[in-house]
Amino acid sequence: MANALAPQKQMTFGEGGMALAFVALALLSIVVAAKAYTPEYAFHAYLFTAASVAAVFAIINRYYNRSTETPPLTIDGKPNYNMGPVKFASFASVFWGLAGFSVGLYIALELAYPGLNLDISYITFGRLRPLHTSAVIFAFGGNVLIATSFYVVQRTCRARLAGDLAPWFVVLGYNFFIVIAGTGYLLGITQSKEYAEPEWYSDLFLTVVWVTYFLVYLGTIMRRTEPHIYVANWFYLAFILTIAVLHLGNNAAVPVSLFSPKSYIVWSGVQDAMVQWWYGHNAVGFFLTAGFLAIMYYFIPKRAERPIYSYRLSIIHFWALIFLYIWAGPHHLHYTALPDWAQTLGMTFSIMLWMPSWGGMINGIMTLSGAWDKLRTDPVLRMLVVSVAFYGMSTFEGPMMSVKVVNSLSHYTDWTIGHVHSGALGWVGYVSFGALYCLIPWLWNRPLYSLKLVNWHFWISTIGIVLYITSMWVSGILQGLMWRAYTPLGFLEYSFVETVEAMHPFYVIRALGGFLFLTGALIMAFNLWKTVTSTEAAAPAHVTLAPAE
Amino acid sequence: MSLWQKHAIFEKNSIVLVIGILIVIAIGGLVEIVPLFYLKNTIEKVEGVRPYTPLELAGRNIYVREGCYLCHSQMIRPLRDEVERYGHYSLAAESMYDRPFQWGSKRTGPDLARVGGKYSDDWHRDHLRNPRSVVPGSVMPDYGWLEKTELNYAHVDADMKVLALEGVPYTAEMIADAGKDVVTQATTDSPDAGDLAKRYPKAQSRDFDGDPKRITEADALIAYLQMLGTEVDFKLYDDKANIR
Repeated sequence: MANALAPQKQMTFGEGGMALAFVALALLSIVVAAKAYTPEYAFHAYLFTAASVAAVFAIINRYYNRSTETPPLTIDGKPNYNMGPVKFASFASVFWGLAGFSVGLYIALELAYPGLNLDISYITFGRLRPLHTSAVIFAFGGNVLIATSFYVVQRTCRARLAGDLAPWFVVLGYNFFIVIAGTGYLLGITQSKEYAEPEWYSDLFLTVVWVTYFLVYLGTIMRRTEPHIYVANWFYLAFILTIAVLHLGNNAAVPVSLFSPKSYIVWSGVQDAMVQWWYGHNAVGFFLTAGFLAIMYYFIPKRAERPIYSYRLSIIHFWALIFLYIWAGPHHLHYTALPDWAQTLGMTFSIMLWMPSWGGMINGIMTLSGAWDKLRTDPVLRMLVVSVAFYGMSTFEGPMMSVKVVNSLSHYTDWTIGHVHSGALGWVGYVSFGALYCLIPWLWNRPLYSLKLVNWHFWISTIGIVLYITSMWVSGILQGLMWRAYTPLGFLEYSFVETVEAMHPFYVIRALGGFLFLTGALIMAFNLWKTVTSTEAAAPAHVTLAPAE
Repeated sequence: MSLWQKHAIFEKNSIVLVIGILIVIAIGGLVEIVPLFYLKNTIEKVEGVRPYTPLELAGRNIYVREGCYLCHSQMIRPLRDEVERYGHYSLAAESMYDRPFQWGSKRTGPDLARVGGKYSDDWHRDHLRNPRSVVPGSVMPDYGWLEKTELNYAHVDADMKVLALEGVPYTAEMIADAGKDVVTQATTDSPDAGDLAKRYPKAQSRDFDGDPKRITEADALIAYLQMLGTEVDFKLYDDKANIR
């Protein structure tokens, strides 16, 4: 500044507007808390009040502590990256991962030993199961996606994250949504729509957070100093956009009252079923697939120090994947009261989906061309590559299970649970762990504490995954066959409860598998903690980021 | 070669990329969902399907609250073993008033689409209190607190108003009498039971949980379970008339 007088510090429009919005939210939620129909809802309203007040304080505090100018976009010609929100989200992902895996282990034990429900409403299987699925998918997976997407978009665009408070609102708001959703399940606040359990007010809040996420992401891309948008960003964009569309479509509900946590979905019966599985299958397709493929497209080439195997394959498989996935929902409704034409469409497109899925797998694995030796020496890269192998396996199993004849056996059984977990533990889990093992040393500029522990993590959790999915294959197919078994005289051979009793040994093995997977994750958390708290600086990295072409 | 270069338009313009993605992901959903709202053969024409009584609705909301659908389906597939085990395969019409649908995706426990009338109220009460007292191999949690918790039905009319807004044929009279109807249906030999059954055909009125002094969550849940799958009389149902 040429001016001799120091420029006046001014509150930005964003700071002032957001502080006011939070004041309004705090006031509204106090009123709601006072008039709430149920004490559970009042508790949530108070949480909203507390969080809003904390947000107002945080904004004002930040304003007093910051320098007069807002942070520059570049320093000495280099982008001034904003990594604070990325650091927070990567920490949150480890925390939620451990929480979600632990709850998963507990409900696995509840199925093996039902006494563990303890006749306590808050911890029955029916309430903990959504807590487990939401904690691993949305809390663990979601924070990994937010952390990596905010990191990758900045690095590949060579631009600072758009917005000043907005990225923080995304990260903190998203995690607050997780807290509301999770405590809601324990208290019995749920829509009971699979993977879309949060009630209307959580959904509304998430919508605001998600739109902000999209704007921050798009704004950063628009700021890019690279001419091309890197392929990982296509996948992140498809993930963010499609999840927004799905979320709005599947949660279209009318609340009973502003003071009631309960709402009724506008779709009913067969239409609700179709909308639900359009959402549900594409939560898999876009949250757990497109988003994590974006991670694959950045972290595998970076870690292997090789360019992506095929640029053209990435174009074809991107558009084919997002086009075909949307159609696959009805395979969750085979032989139900959904019209046959819709079931057949769902099956056909599910089978076609095998091709673009394997396109992604080939592109990921073949990126190692010329660097295969690194699999022996780098357990982090091994984890990333094995995740893609699991992706290939479960995207073969999925189309197979969507064939109606196979589905007539597999549906309603543990085979589905096993299939989901080969994708969730093997693909989503491992690609996330691999990304975290890369990301946290980069963010804190420290060397990874121990590669040996990564190796332990890898082998312990791999044994866990194998135990999990094989026990579920056996129990699923066994139960499916028992249900349809007939005696020579033409009577059903087994009563239902006999098929339940037959599951017991497999439920115990499954819980053991889950325990091993959790153990691996605990080793990772320790390793990452030691990495962050070490005082040693990392060796200067040699940056070899290749552009998209 | 030139085709590949044309893709650069998506790689260099973020808005074009966003619009491209939105168009590509919209198609499948539109084709599969929209026709379900106007093709007449999506939901069969059936006699007997009616909206839930206030007590059944409250019971259904407990079913929803506890996440029962995570272990129990309500959708019998037209397969030989399922029809023999559970009864006639489920019709789309039977869940036409279900918001949300509770077809489920997993059978850790048996299907409940036609559980109504299969077991006595006493059996249900014992089973909810301690499932292993009646089914030794069961892995279901105990739901002992349901019979100890009084049913909160102060706002059940507000629930029905919203459902009516969404298209469930609740009349103004049904909504006005909601609270009274809860008491009627949960009472054995109530003089108003006949009146209730006129508004809600086949509605069963009695004390469901064995404790006539209070209306508990167990009353509501058992009332709901006892009506599941009982609305359609399959002796009169002509499945040839509704071939899809």
